[in-house]
Amino acid sequence: MSLLEIDNVTLRFGGVVAVNKVSFSVEEGEVFALVGPNGAGKSTLFNLISRIYDPVEGDIRFDGESLLKHPPHDIAKLGIARTFQNIELFEQATVLQNLLVGRHRHRKSNFLTELLFTPGVREGERRHRAAVEKVIDFLELQAYRDKYIAGLPYGVRKVVEMGRALAIEPRLLLLDEPASGLSVEETQDVAFWIEDIKKQMGVTVLMVEHDMHLVSAVSDRVLALADGKVLSLGTAQEVQSDPKVIEAYIGGSDAQEREVA
Amino acid sequence: MRTVFKTSYDADINYFRHGAQAAWYMLLLVLALCLPFLMGTFWIGEMTNMLIWAIAGMGLMILVGQTGQASLGHAAFLAIGCYANVLLQEKLGVPFLLSFPLAGVIAGLAGALIAMPMTKLHGIYLAIGTLAISILTDDLIVIAEPLTNGVVGLFAPTIDIFGLQFDRYATPDRFYWLVLFVAVVIILVYRNILRSPLGRAFAAVRDSEVSAQAMGVNVARTKALSFGISTAITGLAGALMGHFAGIFNNETFNIIISIQLLLMIVIGGLGSIHGAFFGAIVVALLPQAIAISRDLVSGFVGGGTVAIPGLESAIFGALLIGFILFEPMGIYGRWLKIRTYFELFPFYRKDMFRRQKSYLKTERMR
Repeated sequence: MSLLEIDNVTLRFGGVVAVNKVSFSVEEGEVFALVGPNGAGKSTLFNLISRIYDPVEGDIRFDGESLLKHPPHDIAKLGIARTFQNIELFEQATVLQNLLVGRHRHRKSNFLTELLFTPGVREGERRHRAAVEKVIDFLELQAYRDKYIAGLPYGVRKVVEMGRALAIEPRLLLLDEPASGLSVEETQDVAFWIEDIKKQMGVTVLMVEHDMHLVSAVSDRVLALADGKVLSLGTAQEVQSDPKVIEAYIGGSDAQEREVA
Repeated sequence: MRTVFKTSYDADINYFRHGAQAAWYMLLLVLALCLPFLMGTFWIGEMTNMLIWAIAGMGLMILVGQTGQASLGHAAFLAIGCYANVLLQEKLGVPFLLSFPLAGVIAGLAGALIAMPMTKLHGIYLAIGTLAISILTDDLIVIAEPLTNGVVGLFAPTIDIFGLQFDRYATPDRFYWLVLFVAVVIILVYRNILRSPLGRAFAAVRDSEVSAQAMGVNVARTKALSFGISTAITGLAGALMGHFAGIFNNETFNIIISIQLLLMIVIGGLGSIHGAFFGAIVVALLPQAIAISRDLVSGFVGGGTVAIPGLESAIFGALLIGFILFEPMGIYGRWLKIRTYFELFPFYRKDMFRRQKSYLKTERMR
């Protein structure tokens, strides 16, 4: 059984079909990349998985169980973590606090015990902080631990957001353009981290990415989308050399016409 | 500047960052406890008033400063707390020791109930919605005359705890200590919220609802909880306000009080306990400051004291505009800067507190 199954999913915004009968499945332990031109429906698929949108038809199953009967805040509890294309961090909080919000899924206390801060709450806090420190070490965020997000540079924010998703201790990690706006060195760091997330933590990764170098470096399988439809599925090389994908990116018929003229 | 060498997670969890900080706050507490021996009856009354405003401010701060939800209706919950407390004592004969926390619970439940439909609104719409609550409560008090005695109002009985009398006029010192005790308890509860998952869930909802949701935070429930806790604390402040005023009616908790509360925490500094207290100092002591300065001015210039109607509101408004323009972090923000200046002297730089100009999501209209 696949970890994540997208089964014939369609989503319309008025007359625009954002996702059109898309089906694919992500296997446990792989890095699966979604590529495609702008407006292909990649981020929309992410938002469908995190239940921000309801699909018009089709089903999304995680570990064999339909996600559609779960409210959006249950998705993290099931073990799916995500990052956002336009970083959505908690700006007026420190890096440490941001990562600790990721631990919300593992909260065992309720608000009454927290108002009194019973010993159990303190014990939980210690456990959460120990777990978050591991993420901080992994992503080398020590220097920024107590800094406010509002004052951090873009590249660091990107890493913090990935750390926040890792603090959830997910089974499936959704990365929405993890390398967009990063320098070459930073992108290489991201590539190493994704490898480690897969191999050391055993987390399955589904990512949207435009940087084909990163995609071919880390992903086991690649799915190309255009206009909400599946174009091609295979390894990075297979997808990149697929004529349909080339056409979608470069605009095949136009290019041919130009050659004729 | 002190760098704390942290050797355990508790260093981040504890109330105080280091011993010296704890010592300073203990000194402040001792000073507050000794105040009745240093001040006359009138000024103790003013300090009591200030503390009650600070409690109400902390209540609103949890909602506005921590959770990012605007409310212009908190006078309603002051009223609910005040009426609940007095009615429980007068009609049902419940002792103050029970009626006071119950008043908080009732105000909290009312707040959480109202929050459920209300928190679907965002920003300015939420503010308008809560404004309606304030107006409605005013009317409801008048309509429910058999219970509330309408516009004539009610008398608050003298507080009696195991035979010990707490009265604003007969035993002002004792009343002050009672209010101080409540304030300290609320501060501790507030700190507990901030250092627990609940406080982080509030901050998450404030800064980005969509990613709070993706982290597993139930946004609707968190907002309702924030409203409930906020209005419960405000209700406690209302109960104390009733005992402080002695007599109250629907006008005591009108819409102006709601607005004044919100302005108070903005001037004090959003998102901090200090902000609630700084704001309360301004609100509670401003009338006295104006009176004193008026006497001074007339002393210099000569002539009789001229009462200018609306002067208090005008100065309050000017203060607010000044702070929003020049110090959006409020008095607490300014205090932090001054403290850092002396801690780092002579290495303070002007741009140390300059925040990166980023688009604040909390201010976005949704």
